[in-house]
Amino acid sequence: MTRFIARRLVGMIAVLFAVSVIVFVVFMVVPKQNPAQSLAGKNATPLLVKNIEAEWGFDDSLPQQYLTMMKKVFTGELIQYEPRIPVNDKIVEGIPATFSLAIGAAVIWLFFGLLLGYLSAIRAGGWLDRFLTGVSIAGISIPVFLLAPVLLYFLTYKVEIFPNGQYVPFSEDPAEWLNHLILPWFTLAVLSIGFYSRVLRSNMLDVMNEDYVRTARAKGLSERQVMTRHVLRNSLIPVITLFGLDFGATIAGTAIITESIFSIDGVGKYAADAVAKFELPPIMGVALYGAFFVVLVNTVVDVVYAYLDPRVRLGESASK
Amino acid sequence: MSQPLLSVEELRVGFATEAGVVQAVDGVSFDLRPGEVVAIVGESGSGKSVTAQTLIGLTRANNARIEGSVKLDGKELTSAGDAEMRSLRGEKVAMVFQDPMTSFNPVYRIGAQIVEAIRAHRPDTSKADAKARVIGLFESVGIPNAEQRVDDYPHEFSGGMRQRAMIAMALALEPEVLIADEPTTALDVTIQAQILDLLEQLNRERNLATILITHDLGVVAEVADRVLVMYAGKVVEQGTLDEIFYDPQHPYTWGLLGSLTRIDRPRPQRLPQIAGQPPSLLDLPQGCPFRPRCPHEFSKCSEYPGLEARLAEKPDHCDRCWLGPDEKRAKRLVEGQIGLEAPR
Repeated sequence: MTRFIARRLVGMIAVLFAVSVIVFVVFMVVPKQNPAQSLAGKNATPLLVKNIEAEWGFDDSLPQQYLTMMKKVFTGELIQYEPRIPVNDKIVEGIPATFSLAIGAAVIWLFFGLLLGYLSAIRAGGWLDRFLTGVSIAGISIPVFLLAPVLLYFLTYKVEIFPNGQYVPFSEDPAEWLNHLILPWFTLAVLSIGFYSRVLRSNMLDVMNEDYVRTARAKGLSERQVMTRHVLRNSLIPVITLFGLDFGATIAGTAIITESIFSIDGVGKYAADAVAKFELPPIMGVALYGAFFVVLVNTVVDVVYAYLDPRVRLGESASK
Repeated sequence: MSQPLLSVEELRVGFATEAGVVQAVDGVSFDLRPGEVVAIVGESGSGKSVTAQTLIGLTRANNARIEGSVKLDGKELTSAGDAEMRSLRGEKVAMVFQDPMTSFNPVYRIGAQIVEAIRAHRPDTSKADAKARVIGLFESVGIPNAEQRVDDYPHEFSGGMRQRAMIAMALALEPEVLIADEPTTALDVTIQAQILDLLEQLNRERNLATILITHDLGVVAEVADRVLVMYAGKVVEQGTLDEIFYDPQHPYTWGLLGSLTRIDRPRPQRLPQIAGQPPSLLDLPQGCPFRPRCPHEFSKCSEYPGLEARLAEKPDHCDRCWLGPDEKRAKRLVEGQIGLEAPR
């Protein structure tokens, strides 16, 4: 298992290196425009552009330029120039909000997604299954940009149950933190609840036909034991992979619409604002930040996967 | 003779499907006594596996209709509650399945899966005790290094070892009846022989009543005491091993025997086979379902005969064929051996 984890970590570093090279190429090499101009922003003075050119060393060779960029990223010197704010600081500022949103939503979507999927599967074909299928498909079909305003309109303006967006740090007031996040959590979770319940249901129906499930029944396990220990347990394995991708992406700041509509100053909103204003440094920073968390979460998921499914460790056991 | 341990009478299992009712098992009756091996033989789809699984209630489903009677120690099982059936499974009647590759859950250690079976019935057994017991079982079914191998995952076992582990699991609670559903089909020939030897030895040592489901008459000849030959959900012939092998009455049995390859005879040019396919259970021919494949069919075959003893001196040797005993004796000989002549 240690070897497996070590292998995954090496792979993770390789992927991150590749991503940083791609970011460099896409933003610095490919565009015809002077990269210093892009970095400086739309209304930059010629002096600023000149300074940036010198600072980033755009006269150097490409590998040298890449090293300069990476040095800036790692030392926190990647800055947006108007106004002059380190990108690093803005991302770190946004992390509590984005993490609160992503983790809370993930807990909700996993819990309800799996619960609905499990109930659907063990009652497959019955009225409960049909009802839950309808609910899931509705959840998958409603776009976030529609669901969020509708929830806000009814639960904030019409009936004042929840506050109108904003993020309250947990350290300041845990109750308000929760109160402010409930709507965004559900908004973000609804699609995944529908999706995960469908995926789990279909996995479970497949697993139910496996020979080992018949074996489990033949040895006298109760129906509940068969369903939880054998059917559900084995059906979760593919769901874990899916969860790694989704959760990684959410942590990485892809909940842009939710963060924007609920005025949550997270990483996603920071990226969205930067895109709107054509500010290159934040876009680069967020891209690298996002890549790091997507890769990190997926590495963790791979390790969990290997723990859940011993066959994944096959390479290791063959060499022992 | 001792009392039957398991007594099956006129068992019928039908499944409602969109295309109509599939009568997978249609009137199967037999008795099983302690220490006895009854083989159920037939092609795929003949109803042999459904028969076996119905005995322990594994075919119960919303669309299944189960009629007739299955009595274990005099207790009716077809009407027993689900919880009651569950307590019998593994404890009194255990099952060994065809494909040892897929019959263990790949994500749990083999030992743990057997411990699970033990603790499902004996919740008071500690995990350590149950595991010690599994190690003992592994040794008795011939798994080497039992102490290390209990902690292996299924993919770390070879096919033959997995089937041994499967048998160990079936024996874990000392059942009275063992149902082996094609236990050797997925194994290569040398391993087949080992597994059959093991089953035979267990049958002898533990006085275990065994139902052996197979399509392989070679396997039957090794271990069975009595044989049921099934075709399209019905028993077409049943009798003792010797009766079935040396005095087969039904043309289908002749065909099965004729298609055995034997090393003590000259090798045939072509491997003999029974022409045609088994009929669809949704669209059975009128009368005898074997009629379309039978070279000896005649006018009477449009009516299906009952399963009756047709030989005066053999009251337990029954079959479903209209041909008279002398006709059968003459017609079943193909080049001096039992077989089914090629259809015209």
